[in-house]
Amino acid sequence: MTEMTCGPHEIAHLCQTYASQGFRLQTMIATDERQIRGAYVLRYVFIHDATCQGVVLETTVPHDSPHYTSVTAKVPAANWYEREAQDLLGLVPDGHPEPLPLVLHGELAAASNPYPLRKDVDRAVTLPPVSRSLSIQARPQRPDGEFEVPVGPIHAGVIEPGHFRFHVRGEDVESVDVTLFYTHRGLEKCAERLTFGEGLAVAEQACGVCSASHGAAFAQAVEAICDAQIPERAMWIRLLVLELERLYNHIGDVGNICAGIGFSFGVMQAGILKEKLQRHNALITGHRFLRNMIAIGGVARDVPSDVAVRTGHAVQETMSAFSDLVTVLLSHEIVCDRFRQTGILTADVVRQYGVIGPAARASGYLADARLTQPSGAYRDNEVQAILEVPTFPEGDVMARVSQRIEETYISAKLIGLAVAKLHSLRTTASVAALTTPMVTPAPYQWALGVTESPRGENVHFVMAGPNGTIDRLRIRSASYANWPAVAKAVPGNIIADFPLINKSFELCYACCDR
Amino acid sequence: MWSLIRHRLTTSIATEPLEELWSHGATEEPDPLLVQWKQTICRGPFFGSLHIRHVDTGSCNACEWELTALLNPIYDAQRLGIDFVASPRHADILVVTGGVTRNLAQALELTHEATPNPKAVLAIGACACGTGLLGQTYAQRGTALDSGIPVLVTVAGCPPTPPEILRGLLHIMTILNQGGLTHGHGTTAI
Repeated sequence: MTEMTCGPHEIAHLCQTYASQGFRLQTMIATDERQIRGAYVLRYVFIHDATCQGVVLETTVPHDSPHYTSVTAKVPAANWYEREAQDLLGLVPDGHPEPLPLVLHGELAAASNPYPLRKDVDRAVTLPPVSRSLSIQARPQRPDGEFEVPVGPIHAGVIEPGHFRFHVRGEDVESVDVTLFYTHRGLEKCAERLTFGEGLAVAEQACGVCSASHGAAFAQAVEAICDAQIPERAMWIRLLVLELERLYNHIGDVGNICAGIGFSFGVMQAGILKEKLQRHNALITGHRFLRNMIAIGGVARDVPSDVAVRTGHAVQETMSAFSDLVTVLLSHEIVCDRFRQTGILTADVVRQYGVIGPAARASGYLADARLTQPSGAYRDNEVQAILEVPTFPEGDVMARVSQRIEETYISAKLIGLAVAKLHSLRTTASVAALTTPMVTPAPYQWALGVTESPRGENVHFVMAGPNGTIDRLRIRSASYANWPAVAKAVPGNIIADFPLINKSFELCYACCDR
Repeated sequence: MWSLIRHRLTTSIATEPLEELWSHGATEEPDPLLVQWKQTICRGPFFGSLHIRHVDTGSCNACEWELTALLNPIYDAQRLGIDFVASPRHADILVVTGGVTRNLAQALELTHEATPNPKAVLAIGACACGTGLLGQTYAQRGTALDSGIPVLVTVAGCPPTPPEILRGLLHIMTILNQGGLTHGHGTTAI
């Protein structure tokens, strides 16, 4: 990965140079390195998905006047990263088109914000409570006939909190404002000063349903810092776990999307399949959400050959039931009618905002971390041969559903391959043989760990501190990258289709908010 | 449409008997909570029906998925009269998941206010029970337990499994049927 350094006011221009060549902003990490380098540091990480080239553009922001030229005006994908750095570290992006608070809600004047991610601030520092007025403000600037519909943060279903403000004219949505970060828990601050092992547990807490891919991304980052190779059997177990995670998520999501149109047959049938897969998860890993399986340097427990073979059979059975369900779904006129031409995400928006995962692939943009930045068993030739990830050009709900359906078949094939490999490799008696011991890295080395979660690429930035601790963890989940795109897919649709569009992206709030 | 009908006709009933959910094949003894619940189901103010409003106060989404799983055909919590409702105004109890974040503290307070009396709160998952991994941070002051809202029952686990959550719900129904709210009830851990 190429690294380049420039001044705080040249960074915008440099980022634009790369963005204009087709590079995608993968993440941006703001760190407080005043004690080491006497300044704050910003790292903009770009990747070129077609050529798999990566570049890190670094700039220092002076501690006495923490200002830099905003990249957002040139690269819209940088919007949230810069606002987050402003909230949590007090770094001001000059010329940002929308410099509003993001992560910390409420009217938090600069004087009352201690900037919790700064190193000299305690992790449990008290911030003033948030108090919102519930009365809807009349907005005189709204044109005649346009109304505002506020929804959330507590929703009607069993879902996570977010606030949506629809501007509607009749049934048609003109635009929607999304306020997230209600479930911001301060996970990254929590991880500081913990050991890598403890940090892994925190990383898995980022998201309930992508625990394994978050854990694996974190572990990969640590392994890259320590320059460690994980044992072969552990690599295949990781692949098995990551693909099982994709499978139960995708099948559950296809069911949830049916809930968006009130098609309860699909919800219930997919619910049965998801439940069976989750029970199988518990059988293999001891946890229905595949937690505590990944370890730094390998995996925490073995998947014995006989369990692996049973997993293979269970997945085959599930897939045959799922393919029956898909036949019913896609031959149902009402389902197809509601899915087609709804919530179109254009390829332009995908490029501009750095959308990733199934959402990007369903709009014709092929970005998959398993292809562009494979690690462990994903580098295997047989795996790469199976990974013929399709794309759909339409970008509507139907495309996103079809994308997930196609990907479940690929996951099932990968699981079959992993099962065969685990069966042929000798079962190890001791768990110690499934992890590589880590050396204590020199402080302030950093690395990125990238995995493809069911929702897209998860990027973990880990910087080591002294004595094998974490100095900085930055989690960029797939949902964080994709949420801004949801608002772009809604205008032009009727308000009743919003739940459907939202579910077709199926983003998490928790791993976005952290 | 024909494929849908055929699929329905050829799919057997997926719902598992309640006794099986908790037995895990280990014991032949019926769950005492289940016996008690069956005995009191049709007596008392809740008549075997419990309407829930879920409030996510900063969960990681795992507890939500397990709550949703209660409605799948395998657990089918609706057979016990348990259902999720869209508004706190329609709810008998609130189910809280996650430690209370700074950004959601007011939402929890207002949702609790909006729920009609008699009402109770069930806290689900380690974070909501105060034993979560994260603890206090700048963004998360504490849990529903120390927010001044009376929590009647807690269900630990990260996340608790659907049968465990169901046990918590049965327990809260039993307490409510026994008039637990009028006599001032402490917090029970399941």
